[in-house]
Amino acid sequence: MMGRHATSSKLEIDKKMRRDKVVTKPLERVATRSSSRVPPIFVALVLLAPVGASPAHAADPLKPHLVLTPSKIELPQEGGVVEVIAQNKGTAPLDIWHARVSDGSDGFSVDDLRRTLAPGETVAIKVKFSGSKTRSQAFGGLQVLSSDTRYPDDLRTAEVENIASVPLQVNPSWLLTLMVFIPLFGMLLVMFVPKGKDHLTKWVALGVAMVPVILSVVLYAKFDRSFSVAAGNYGLQFIQHAVWIPSFNIEFYFGVDGLSVTMVLLTSLVSLISVGASWGITKNVRGYFAMFLLLEAGMMGVFCACDFFLFYVFWELMLLPMYFLIGVWGGPRKEYAAIKFFLYTLAGSVLMLLALIAIYYNSSAGTLIDGTPAAHSFDLMKLTYVDAGKFANANLTLLGFEFSKICWVGLFIGFAIKIPMFPFHTWLPDAHVEAPTAISVILAGVLLKMGTYGILRINFGILPTASLWAAEAMAVFGAINILYGAFCAFAQTDLKKLVAYSSVSHMGYCLVGMAAFTQTGFNGAVMQMFNHGTITSMLFILVGVLYDRAHTRDINKFGGMATQMPVYAAFFGFAFMASLGLPGLSGFIGEVLVFLGAFPVHRVVTILAATGVIFTAAYHLWALQRIQLGKWNDAQWKDKSIFPDLNLREALTLIPMAVIIIVLGFWPAPVLDLIGNGMSDLLAHVNGHAGAGALAVLP
Amino acid sequence: MPAQVRSRSCPNMTALDNFASLRWFAPELILSVGILAILVADLFAKGPSRQRSSMIALGSLALALLATLLTMDGEKRGLFGGLIARDPFTDFFKILFIATTAFVGIAALRSRDTIEYRPGEHQDKESGEFYALALTTAIGMMLMAASTDLLLAFLSLELVSILSYILAGFKRRNRKSSEASLKYVIYGGVASGIMLYGMSLLYGLAGSTNLTTIYQAAQASTSTLTLIVAVVLCLAGFGYKVASVPFHMWCPDVYEGAPTPVTAFFAIGPKAAGFALLIRFFNGAIPAEIHTDMFRSSPWPLILGLIAAATMTLGNLAAINQTNLKRLLAYSSIAHAGYLMLGLCAGNADGQRAMLLYMVTYLFMNLGAFLVIMALADAGLGEDVADYRGLGQRAKFPALVMAISLFSLTGLPPFAGFFGKFYLFAALLAKGGTMNVTLALIAILNSAISLYYYARVLKAMYFEKAESDEPVAIAPIHTWNMGLMAAASLGLWVFWSPLVDFATNSLPQWYPAATRLVAAAAVLP
Repeated sequence: MMGRHATSSKLEIDKKMRRDKVVTKPLERVATRSSSRVPPIFVALVLLAPVGASPAHAADPLKPHLVLTPSKIELPQEGGVVEVIAQNKGTAPLDIWHARVSDGSDGFSVDDLRRTLAPGETVAIKVKFSGSKTRSQAFGGLQVLSSDTRYPDDLRTAEVENIASVPLQVNPSWLLTLMVFIPLFGMLLVMFVPKGKDHLTKWVALGVAMVPVILSVVLYAKFDRSFSVAAGNYGLQFIQHAVWIPSFNIEFYFGVDGLSVTMVLLTSLVSLISVGASWGITKNVRGYFAMFLLLEAGMMGVFCACDFFLFYVFWELMLLPMYFLIGVWGGPRKEYAAIKFFLYTLAGSVLMLLALIAIYYNSSAGTLIDGTPAAHSFDLMKLTYVDAGKFANANLTLLGFEFSKICWVGLFIGFAIKIPMFPFHTWLPDAHVEAPTAISVILAGVLLKMGTYGILRINFGILPTASLWAAEAMAVFGAINILYGAFCAFAQTDLKKLVAYSSVSHMGYCLVGMAAFTQTGFNGAVMQMFNHGTITSMLFILVGVLYDRAHTRDINKFGGMATQMPVYAAFFGFAFMASLGLPGLSGFIGEVLVFLGAFPVHRVVTILAATGVIFTAAYHLWALQRIQLGKWNDAQWKDKSIFPDLNLREALTLIPMAVIIIVLGFWPAPVLDLIGNGMSDLLAHVNGHAGAGALAVLP
Repeated sequence: MPAQVRSRSCPNMTALDNFASLRWFAPELILSVGILAILVADLFAKGPSRQRSSMIALGSLALALLATLLTMDGEKRGLFGGLIARDPFTDFFKILFIATTAFVGIAALRSRDTIEYRPGEHQDKESGEFYALALTTAIGMMLMAASTDLLLAFLSLELVSILSYILAGFKRRNRKSSEASLKYVIYGGVASGIMLYGMSLLYGLAGSTNLTTIYQAAQASTSTLTLIVAVVLCLAGFGYKVASVPFHMWCPDVYEGAPTPVTAFFAIGPKAAGFALLIRFFNGAIPAEIHTDMFRSSPWPLILGLIAAATMTLGNLAAINQTNLKRLLAYSSIAHAGYLMLGLCAGNADGQRAMLLYMVTYLFMNLGAFLVIMALADAGLGEDVADYRGLGQRAKFPALVMAISLFSLTGLPPFAGFFGKFYLFAALLAKGGTMNVTLALIAILNSAISLYYYARVLKAMYFEKAESDEPVAIAPIHTWNMGLMAAASLGLWVFWSPLVDFATNSLPQWYPAATRLVAAAAVLP
């Protein structure tokens, strides 16, 4: 009886303290969730020693101990009710103060609860999902506020709450998770193929690369094009959302909107094509395809991740395989090219890391998706739609500069190196020239898009005001990219380097389009990203085909190829026409949309950029003419038999891209429909933070 | 007033008498028994004693770990009348040191470097001494992490140092090893002397060697200059142990000359012990803030920040041109000492937690790299970067482990080193202030630089051709040991949350007020 009395009076005191707001708040929600004091790794690694209960534990005062079961709840899409059992497994009575759903758990509701549980007693909490007409997925958290002090506190309120939480999910999607992790799994699979069976390895890799393509077709078919931010879930679909590292509020958060779906489609397609283009690899085939699939997983992860930390992990993960793919399977100066690529990208991404941490520490407190209170957040959607206004505050400074601007520049440099934007572009020609064909295809087809994707998703999303502040500069750099890339391409005698510089030039269109901050400009930029991915893939495969036969890429050594390889010449001409922006092929659509979108905003820059089209046409046609037309170079190539026409495998890697280029050239709606809502939401978001007349029209 | 200050510096510390202390001193006692057992067994040994002494050593390490785990309960105790502490902080380091010694001990089992082969002579007997010396160093390191008294801090630091001199010169007939030992002695002697002078100044200020008393005296002291001089002089000794600028000069020569298992041991054990002592010194003995006319606020972050920036920059730049792998890793370990010091610059619980976490990741990634060197040296390969050409083909697994360790050292996700660095940088940025942000910027650019020389090793292993295609045979014990390290570097994030909790719980509440600041001050400068 004495003990009982003592504990209940202790509870009184606890409550009183809570009422009087005496209890100071803990620093962060760190230790509170710990269940064991010794990390298993120590015990497991050194010796399997039992962790004995120390005497001090036995002397602990009586404590309540709240346990919620089950630890995770899935509710049906059309709505329903689930019971969560709260049990007091402790030795003292437990006060439950409230039961509620965390903020942002739209559609979920719970009956409030206020009672005291004796040790061992249970109570059922009813969680309801009312169903939603606008969206098929919902995520949230059940929060139970109690006197069990092991649970963390919501830092936003002065009261001490001790929140125990259970994640609530409706219809979580595994599609994206599969898409990212199947290549990773395939990497292990490839490594277990018996040694020496190179052919089998290639087929396994092809099979693995096929899965994301199939999944992305499913994604394309099931993607709801009318879905927007207004409908909920921040406009994302196919979401998978859970807590990953609770001590730093890092979440496992995958989801796609129109922009990312486009990029995911491109990634899976280009990866599959590239497996085909890698068929000629003979050196350490298992290692090659293992690295290749790791690269694919990294790229997919970047486009699917909606948590900033997760995004960064995938962004860096992609560097390792790329480094080895260029360095081991590359050309004569492969070491130089590989380390240059690695250092440039790493230098950019460490700046991104700093900006990431700074943004994290300035984000507002909230809850993780499972309802656990969190002081800060890495959630890209929350950073965009909740905190963007906070970052835009001009009084917030970092190193004496305005916070939003310096973070914007840090992030932008990281992405600009990837695009690559002048003056950070010098790694690209080297990397392309030395990389094997398929890796060039991936590099130009997908990796460069990560830069523009990152700017759209992160710079524009999280720091809208700084983005508008930098709009003119971006447009100018875009124009420089277009013109400088084109001029450099003129000067090249190496066909692959020419194509590499054409990439620099074409990515400039994306920058100009993005800098316009108009719907047409955004659409054009994304369209151009997708089109450039397909067109450049073709170009690099064609260069590879020629190199496989001639073992040189010197434009001056060729001539009259069309007579010897007519089918090849047809594809070559087609790809070059698409690349220079011939109306009727998809390259044209992107460029036109970019100029249409940018002209009202950046007139002079757009006019300058548009002259780039002429130079682009010129160097493309000139190269085409010197290689395919004219006279056969007898002095160089006496034996014509080393130039057989395209074989079936090579044709198969080219045809899908050619079909896409033609279809999108006449009917761009499949892509524009996908991205339309996402882009208008982004534009509305940016303009919403700008106030009236944000972007002055340039002369 | 004194009682209040006492509780601020070591809250709830109960001092135990000598007899009551023994129970909490069990891990060290077990190791001492192990050392004696090795020596006695060595005396009566006929024939090679290597196997036996290693078994005794590993057995006593396992028992010491068990004793540590069984006696850790989160309480703070002052053993032997408050001379050394037994708190979660020391427990953390005890486990770290036992793990380090055990891994190195297992690796040394098969290492040529710890025995000296001379044709016709029976040299195997020496390895018994190796294990006795390693265990003694382990005790020294544990005491370093635990000392709450300047006297014991100095004694334990010297214990580790002297043992290190012997271990560095373990290959008696090898000139490089002897040179390393001699250089170590000379630098160590000078550094110890300077530190001792600083300590005597502190003693002059406080009239006691107890850290708590020094804390009170320093807070009340008006002679700020003396205090600053004393602390800077003390930093010489600690800086020498962790190999920070300007006391890093011994490091490359010693790392190159010492037997590889010993180098691996030096790169982790004494460095971590030095940092443990630094954390305790700056939180237990030196007040965070001095308010005088001379310094508006505390000068320590500035001093430590300058040292940290110089240390990592010099370490990374000097590593670029190294051709010997052990020297390269020596400079890299100097750079890592600089990164670790960032946690001290933050000067709060976040920073210290980041340091503890980083030390755990550093243990795995650095030891992983050294284990590869050891395994390959045993297989007859050289220790130059050039000797590793084509290793990706000749010895796939060691090359893979090396690559994972180096990526982890660079700090690329998803390897463990990234998470460690992330916490360090995050602590700095969370604290804010122009200096901290600048330091983070310097650190982050440094980690980009470090990629360059780590990549040179990768380049040699994977991009270049070997002179011979002969596969390299690796002893199974090395393979297992390396696999463990690589798995830890690769998969530590699986255990990351419990590890963070463990590190957080291991931090003493030195600054009850200061730790709260972080939560409130989310705004950067």
